[in-house]
Amino acid sequence: MNFLNTFASLFSNFGNLTWQMVVMWGIGALLIYLAIAKKMEPSLLLPMGFGAILVNLPLSGAITQGDTVGPISALFEAGMSNELFPLLLFIGIGAMIDFGPLLEKPWLMLFGAAAQFGIFFTLFLAGFFFDLKDAASIAVIGAADGPTAIFVANTLNSQYLGAIMVAAYSYMALVPIVQPPVIKLLTTQKERRIRMPYEKGNVSQLTKILFPIAVTIIAGMVAPASVALVGFLMFGNLLRECGVLNALSETAQNVLANLITIVLGLTVAGQMTADKFVRPDTLLILALGLVAFVFDTAGGVLFAKLLNLFLPEGKKLNPMIGAAGISAFPMSGRVVNKMGLEEDNQNFLLMYSISVNVSGQIASVIAGGLILTLMA
Amino acid sequence: MLHLSSWMTTLPMMLIGMVGIILVIGVIVLAVMLLNQVTRRK
Repeated sequence: MNFLNTFASLFSNFGNLTWQMVVMWGIGALLIYLAIAKKMEPSLLLPMGFGAILVNLPLSGAITQGDTVGPISALFEAGMSNELFPLLLFIGIGAMIDFGPLLEKPWLMLFGAAAQFGIFFTLFLAGFFFDLKDAASIAVIGAADGPTAIFVANTLNSQYLGAIMVAAYSYMALVPIVQPPVIKLLTTQKERRIRMPYEKGNVSQLTKILFPIAVTIIAGMVAPASVALVGFLMFGNLLRECGVLNALSETAQNVLANLITIVLGLTVAGQMTADKFVRPDTLLILALGLVAFVFDTAGGVLFAKLLNLFLPEGKKLNPMIGAAGISAFPMSGRVVNKMGLEEDNQNFLLMYSISVNVSGQIASVIAGGLILTLMA
Repeated sequence: MLHLSSWMTTLPMMLIGMVGIILVIGVIVLAVMLLNQVTRRK
């Protein structure tokens, strides 16, 4: 009898399983499927998917429960509650980005600014459903930039970090599906066929070196809350451009970025416990995330159309390049180029769209910092 | 629960945010143009 009781106790944990946990297993499996089969942001969705299963096992030892300290909770305390992981990842991202083409035509950065409209519009909309801090955190899904979304949501102590992360990374991967209908809705075929011949400019190495320093100072002076985000991004870029730290630049781009990505995905999954995730609010957050991406795209396109009102014939812009101002790099730039080629097989917009896309990276970080400054 | 009066806070934030980001990026654009002028090879 004693033997049977002992044997039965091995399976007693099944009694602690809830349907919400099983739903989370399904979500975890879906993320893993999307990562492997659809190749959607696999470096993040796969750790997040596996982590979602890991932390939703009854009495999971991966997260802190009672007196038992779980490793994922420990990672969260070490690297997320103080925003360290997203900032370190930004060094790697900064080292990966070549701002050269953008520096040749700096006016393209204005599209990056215009395409942050979705963030601020979503803040306005989310304010009706959530308290201000959560609304601001949800709005930053529109930054189309995972580390910025994590940084802002964490700084504002949002209870919806897990859902915000899933929305941010999912929509980034879904840019090729989300953006084209919005662009087509807001532009005519004639506008989409506007050609923009690319003339290569000349940017000195000194400009490339001074650029990250100047951006850090300017952004830091206006939005001090953004200085950590912008500063780490620009520090990574300075490593790349200085020309004397190639080994560090390579390490930041590869080893550092990969290592942080692994722990970041798992750590975010620590926030995807059933009690925090399986609730109607999550669906609302996913919907608001979509709104943010749609209005980001609209903001960029409409800004280009506005400029076209003042530009002479022959100098008009293809308004589609405005859509690349969202930060989802390089997907958005490629989507715009592909759409240009679909309308006219000689309409090469890639250099413009990628430059605008890079500017979106800077603008989204600054927008995140502005949100924090406005919330202070 | 709907926060119907939230627009009184969020609408000004939306406007200030958009103006703010265009201004910051505008200053960066001017700074880059200046850098390009100063460092241009003769």
